Amino acid sequence: MPEGPASEFEQGSSLWKDARHRMGQNKFAMGSLCVLGLMILLCFAMAWFCKDPNKVNLVNKFAAPSEEHWFGTDALGRDLFARILYGGQVSILVGLIATAVSVAIGIIYGAISGFIGGKTDAVLMRIVDTLLAIPFLVLVIVLQATLSNFSGEVTQWIVDNWGWDKQFTSRLTNVVPLFFALGLLGWLTLSRIVRAQVLAIKEREFVEAAVALGYSKSRILFRHVIPNVLGPTIVYSTLTVPGFIMYEAILSFLGLGVESPNSSWGVLIKEGANFLETEIQLLLLPGLFFSLTLFSLNFLGDGLRDALDVKASKD
Amino acid sequence: MSLLEVKNLKTYFHTRAGTTRAVDDVSFSINKGEIVGVVGESGSGKSVTCHTMLGLLPSPPAKVEGGSVTFDDQNLLHLPLPILRAIRGKRISMIFQDPMSCLNPYLPILEQVVEPILTHEQTSREEAESRAIEMMIKVGIRDAETRARSYPHQFSGGMRQRAMIAMALVTNPDLLLADEPTTALDVTVQARILQILRELRNDLGVAVLFVTHDLGVVADVADRVVVMYRGKVVEQGSVLSIFENPSHPYVKGLLACRPTFETKYRILPTVEDFLHAEEAKDGSLTLRERPNAMERLSNLENKHDPKDFRREPEQTLLEVKDLKVHFTSGSGFSRKTRQTVKAVDGVDLSIAKGKTLGLVGESGCGKTTLGRAILGLVHAHSGIVRYDGAVLQASDMRSYRKRMQIIFQDPYASLNPRLTIEQALTEPLTVHQIGSGSSDRRERVVSLLEEVGLSSAHLLRYPHEFSGGQRQRLCVARALAVEPEFLVCDECVSAMDVSVQAQVLNLLNELQESRNLTYLFISHDLSVVKFVSDEVAVMQAGRIVETNEAEALYRQPKDPYTQKLLDAVPKSDLKELRERQRRN
Repeated sequence: MPEGPASEFEQGSSLWKDARHRMGQNKFAMGSLCVLGLMILLCFAMAWFCKDPNKVNLVNKFAAPSEEHWFGTDALGRDLFARILYGGQVSILVGLIATAVSVAIGIIYGAISGFIGGKTDAVLMRIVDTLLAIPFLVLVIVLQATLSNFSGEVTQWIVDNWGWDKQFTSRLTNVVPLFFALGLLGWLTLSRIVRAQVLAIKEREFVEAAVALGYSKSRILFRHVIPNVLGPTIVYSTLTVPGFIMYEAILSFLGLGVESPNSSWGVLIKEGANFLETEIQLLLLPGLFFSLTLFSLNFLGDGLRDALDVKASKD
Repeated sequence: MSLLEVKNLKTYFHTRAGTTRAVDDVSFSINKGEIVGVVGESGSGKSVTCHTMLGLLPSPPAKVEGGSVTFDDQNLLHLPLPILRAIRGKRISMIFQDPMSCLNPYLPILEQVVEPILTHEQTSREEAESRAIEMMIKVGIRDAETRARSYPHQFSGGMRQRAMIAMALVTNPDLLLADEPTTALDVTVQARILQILRELRNDLGVAVLFVTHDLGVVADVADRVVVMYRGKVVEQGSVLSIFENPSHPYVKGLLACRPTFETKYRILPTVEDFLHAEEAKDGSLTLRERPNAMERLSNLENKHDPKDFRREPEQTLLEVKDLKVHFTSGSGFSRKTRQTVKAVDGVDLSIAKGKTLGLVGESGCGKTTLGRAILGLVHAHSGIVRYDGAVLQASDMRSYRKRMQIIFQDPYASLNPRLTIEQALTEPLTVHQIGSGSSDRRERVVSLLEEVGLSSAHLLRYPHEFSGGQRQRLCVARALAVEPEFLVCDECVSAMDVSVQAQVLNLLNELQESRNLTYLFISHDLSVVKFVSDEVAVMQAGRIVETNEAEALYRQPKDPYTQKLLDAVPKSDLKELRERQRRN
C-alpha cells in the first residue's frame, strides 16, 4: 500500500472498497455478473410477457421454433421459451433462498461454536459431524417430503384466508419446501468454515485488545469477529448457489423435486431427455440456460475469492 | 581477486501500483573467506539483493534492470538455468530466516542434509551420509549419529538452524548467503550460531554474506559492512571504521538511535535528527545531512537526568504474589491425553507508581503469559494480583479494564482491519461512557492522535493504510483512550526497525512523564529493556530468577542465567571492536 502524507480528513479506503475495486478489474467476474443480471432479468421480468407455460396444445406438439413459439413447443405443445423462463425462476430462487437460509444458520452456528469453544464447541461440532455422515440427498428428500405433506393444507389455507390465486399458490407451496429443505441442510460445511475462521480471528491480537478494553462478549463477536469472517463466507456461499441449483435439478430429474406441470430447469432437462433422439433441442436449450448460469456463478465466485483475498489486509 | 562481485545491480518490481526500485545501483564485493554484513531496515533491498544473485525472485513482478553479479568469472544473472542450478547449493548456498518453515517437516533431518550432496555429486549414499553426519557434528548438533534420523519438529529452533547450516555447507560451497539467519532465535542461541559461523569460516574458508537488520550482530560477526537504505548502498567499509567514523548521515542516525547498554540519555535520537530525505516526484531520493546533528546529540546527553529514586516515597501500584498459570493441552472430553505446561510458576513482583519494570527472558519463558495473567486475559491457576491496594478478582475485572491496558507485539494484528481509526478509537470511549456526545468524543480522539504524533487527517483511514510504526502509535492511542494508569507493553517494539523503535520508545517515555504512567515492559531485547526500565526482572522457565535496579543488574548480575543472557548479547561498543581487531 503506497503511503503518502494524508490530506485533511482523507477518506480511507476500507477493505470492502479495495475488494470492490479489485473485483471491477476482473473481466471474467464482471462478465459473469452481467450474464447473471441478464438471466435474472429474463426470468423474472420477461416471463410476465410470455405465454402461459402450462397451456397444453396437443395439436401443436414438437413444433419447430417460429415467431409464435421462439424455442418451439414440447411433447404437450407447451411453449418451451416460457417454460424455460418460468423454470429459471424456480432454479434461481432455489439457489438464492437456500443459500440465504444456509448462510444465516451457518454463520451464527459456526461463530457461536468457534467463539465459545470448549465443550459447547465439541457438542455443536459433533452434531454437524453426525448430519454430515448421512448422505445429503437422502436427508433433503426426507425433509422435503415431510414439509410437502403440509403443502396441500397450506395452499388451501392461503387461498381461503388471503384470497390468493389458487394456481399461483399451489405452484409456490410445491417449491417452497424444497427451498427450505436445501437451505436447512446446506449450512453444515459453511458452519465449519466459519468456525475455523472464527478460531483464527479469535487469536488475533485485536480481539485480545478488545477484551483488555473491557468490551462485552457480544460486541466483540458481532463487531470484531464476524465482520472479519465474512470475506471467506461470501466466497464460499457464491460457490454454493450453483450447488443448490444443481441439487434442485438432480432432485427434479429424479422426480422428487419440483413436480410437473410446474417447471424448473431440472424438470425440463428430465422431460427433454425422454426425446433425446428425435427432439434434441428440448434437452439442449434448457441445458444451455442451466450451464450458462452455473458457469457464471462459478466465475463470479472465483473473482470474489481473488478480490477478497485476506492477504490484502496484511500489508 | 574477489570471490563475488556485485556491480551496479538494479532490481525493480513492476506492479500495477507502479515501479519500486528495490535494488538501485548496488555494488560491493566479497573476498574468499570473508564475512560481509549487509545491514538495512525493512524495505532497504538487502534480501532482494541476496535473492537476485541466485535468481530466486519471482519474475514478474521482479526484473533485473541492469548490472552484473560476477562469481568465478561468470555473470550469474545471464547463466542458463541448468548451469545456474549446478551453482546453487553447490558453490553458493543459502540459509533463511525461519528454520521452522525451511525444513521439510515430512523428511528426517539426515535425508535433507544428504540431499544437496546427492543432487550435486556422484557419491554413494553411504559416503554422503557419513559426510552429512560429520557436518552436523561440525555445526554443533550433539549426538548427530542418533539424532540425524529425527524429524524437524523434534529439534529446537536453534538446532533446526544448525541443521539448515549443515545442509548449506555440506557441499563445501565457496559462498554462503545467510538471510537473517538468527533473527528468529533467542540471544543465547544466536550467540552460538554466530560463533559457529565464525568457526566454519576459519576452518573451511567459506565466505559469508550475512544479511541482517541488527547492527549489533554485524559488529559481532562481520569483517566488513555494507549499509543499505531504500535500495542503495549508503556506506561500506570495515566494521571498525563504520562504527567509529560513520560518514553517511543515515548510518550515523542508525548507530545513534539504537539503545545499547551504554546509552545514558532518556530520549533516543532518531534517524530523522540526522537525515533529511526528500522524495522527488519520480521516486528518486535526495538525502541531506541535517546541520549540527551531532550537537543535538550532545544536547540530549546533557539533558540526561539520573532518575532519582528517593525523590518521593514510592507507592506500589501493582503487586503480584505467587502467581501460577498452568495450561492444559488437549481439550474436549478425554482426560487421558491432557498435559500440563507450567507457563508461569510462582512469580512475585511489584511495580511502583510511575516507574517501569522491565521483564526479560527468552522465548517460552512465560513472560507474555505473565503479562496477560496480570490483566486477567488468561486465567491464573493460583496467586494474587493486587492493584492499587485491592486484590483483582475475575468477576470485577471489567471495572479495572479502564485502569490497566496492554500494547501488543504485532501492530498489524492488533487493530481490527474493518474499522476506521475513528471507529477504533471511539469504541473504548463509548463502551466506558467517557465523554459526552459524539462531538466531544471526536475531540478526545483527535487529541489522542495528536498526543501520539498523528493527526486528525488520519481519522477516516483504515489500519492497513498505515506503516508499522504508525500502527503501533494507534495501538498506544487506543490503549490511552480509557485513561489507564498502568500499561503492559508486550514486546511492543520487537517487530520494528531500529529507527521506528526509537520513535516508539521515545513516545512511551514522553507519555510516562506527561501522564505519570506505570509500565510493565516485556521484551527479549536486553538493551531495549535496560533503556526503558527503572527496575528489571529476569525470567526463566516460568520463574523470576533475579530482580534488581536496572543499572545494577546489568553491571553486576547475580544469577548465572542473567550472566549468560548478558554475555550472549552481541557487543558493538568500540572498545570491544578495537580489541577484536587487534586479536585478528
